[in-house]
Amino acid sequence: MDLSAINPVLLIASLMVAATPILLAAIGELVVEKSGVLNLGVEGMMIIGAVSGFAIAVETGSPWLGFFASAAAGAVFSLLFVLLTQVAQANQVASGLALTLTGLGLSALLGQSYVGIKPPQMGKLDIPLLSDLPVVGPILFGHDPILYIGIALTAGVWAMLKYSRAGLVLRAVGENHDAAHALGYKVIRIRILAIMFGGACAGLGGAYISLIRVPQWTEGMTAGVGWIALALVVFASWKPWRALLGAYLFGGVTVVQLNLQAAGVAIPVEYLAMSPYVITIVVLVILSADKSSAPAALGRNFHASR
Amino acid sequence: MIRLEKRPQPSRAWSLATPLVAVLATMLFGGLLFAVLGKPPVEAIKTIFWEPLFGEFSFYYRPQLLVKSAPLVLIAIGLSLGFKAGIWNIGAEGQYIVGAIVGAAVGLAFYPYEAWYIFPLMVIGGALGGWAWAMIPAVLKVRFGTNEILVSLMLVYVAEQLLASASLRFLKNPEGFGFPGSRNLQSYESAFNADLIEGSGMHWGVVAALIAVIFAYILLNRHMLGFHIRLTGEAPRAAKFAGVNPSRLILLCLGMSGALAGLAGLFEVSGPAGQISIDFNVGYGFTAIIVAFLGRLHPVGILLAGGLMALTYIGGDIAQSNLGLPSAAIQVFQGMLLFFLLALDLLTNYRVTLRTSEVA
Repeated sequence: MDLSAINPVLLIASLMVAATPILLAAIGELVVEKSGVLNLGVEGMMIIGAVSGFAIAVETGSPWLGFFASAAAGAVFSLLFVLLTQVAQANQVASGLALTLTGLGLSALLGQSYVGIKPPQMGKLDIPLLSDLPVVGPILFGHDPILYIGIALTAGVWAMLKYSRAGLVLRAVGENHDAAHALGYKVIRIRILAIMFGGACAGLGGAYISLIRVPQWTEGMTAGVGWIALALVVFASWKPWRALLGAYLFGGVTVVQLNLQAAGVAIPVEYLAMSPYVITIVVLVILSADKSSAPAALGRNFHASR
Repeated sequence: MIRLEKRPQPSRAWSLATPLVAVLATMLFGGLLFAVLGKPPVEAIKTIFWEPLFGEFSFYYRPQLLVKSAPLVLIAIGLSLGFKAGIWNIGAEGQYIVGAIVGAAVGLAFYPYEAWYIFPLMVIGGALGGWAWAMIPAVLKVRFGTNEILVSLMLVYVAEQLLASASLRFLKNPEGFGFPGSRNLQSYESAFNADLIEGSGMHWGVVAALIAVIFAYILLNRHMLGFHIRLTGEAPRAAKFAGVNPSRLILLCLGMSGALAGLAGLFEVSGPAGQISIDFNVGYGFTAIIVAFLGRLHPVGILLAGGLMALTYIGGDIAQSNLGLPSAAIQVFQGMLLFFLLALDLLTNYRVTLRTSEVA
């Protein structure tokens, strides 16, 4: 065992990378849940994003196109959830599960011919001077662009929810859809847009795993990240900045346990590998006392009777 | 213009018809999917649904049908009780794994001693293992209000690591030449869950599944607890006034589904699978969710749905070897089924009316 091999600067830098897929998916789901919809299909949309982003990046040779495709694929795939819950008025929990199960199967089917291929690399940010700074350089200025997009997205969603009229309407729909409907807001339309935004974010998060974090395609490679993102939204009490904090916390746990595995700590690998999931449960327990900030209409379908 | 009008009461006819329509729609769109994949659609569908039952080698596949549907039905019956009451246990896969590990561990503890009581003890161990694993989300939900969906699902990943640990470390076969996996229970007579009638596929798990169906039917239709479960799902406020204790219901529903999933795991590991290995679980716990919905959360329906789902598993395997259909295609096929079912449920709860002009 050699713990001195763990470099704290690299640890923080790789923690941010590990956190980004969770953050992207969680920010998307946060908006969805703020609109009063509970979409348990995050895992399915992520893996669809992962496979389509990977395929497009390999075919075109451009990771950027891959990321665009993953967001588009995630949004299109979330339309299935829209169809079930917003049009056919189906139960949201069951529909989300259907989305996840279908997504896992569909991605395995689509990704068959991409197993074992290396995707094109996305360049890292390289600002002269700044990126070369010790400590601060690799942590703040040495990442791929998508990581910064994730942080910018967090800020954007925060500002949108807090300061914009659109954010206010979204929250109104999520708190009381009947009142919002009575005021003339298009409840269903707003929710559809929110769900598609969530799908696009989840897709991006999935592609981040297959194009940057791992980077390769394997079946079922999201391995529960989508579910951790769902837990993260509860953890964050539906507040964007707390989602960022939580994502870094989970990213930290993942990276530390991987480092411990590599350092050969005397704990069996399996117990280290289960730690992110166990810690998710522990955090959920600690925070589940406070339910006050959950959108009041969360999980309830809206049907205008007239 | 198409308008939806909520029915005062769910349509009984549509409630029975939607699973059938959903299966037909899945066949249709599944056929399209297979055609896109470059496989002959009609032949593929026929291979999946006809071949295992009446094909040339059906004498081999029919017993397999029992073997595959038993765990699905066992797990789905347990899940349906919770789903009816709005308690979402989606971690049956984990409870299945833990039940198998505990049950196998009980059996292996006796090895190589032979006695009649070893298998019954393993059955109890399997049920307790699954029960205990399901009690984690149940107790956390009752005590702290933690979301049972997320906790039960997280525990699947934990259980998978536990399974890896069992097959690599604490249950590893000491005479296995270093290969991962436990001793094979099929060659340990007291622990082997053999076919009750040679070659029929009818092992104790099938019997347990049938008992579970009958038990659930009686519970839901003749027992106060079953009434409380249904009441809580259909009218939570009324249930509260009727004095239903939600905590007790959560503990019971999650406990029962966990125990049944654990049993399914035990019967699988001691019979068809034979040993604890890293890839022991094949997703029965998740497919059972589809089975529960396809069976309309009704015990008899689940029995039929379990059979149908087992058919797609076996037919899918045949299509894989005969037509080269990718195994993931069957997974999509099963997902599609749940999809159409949920979508078509619209017709059960709503009346779709066509109207040419808008009324004031």
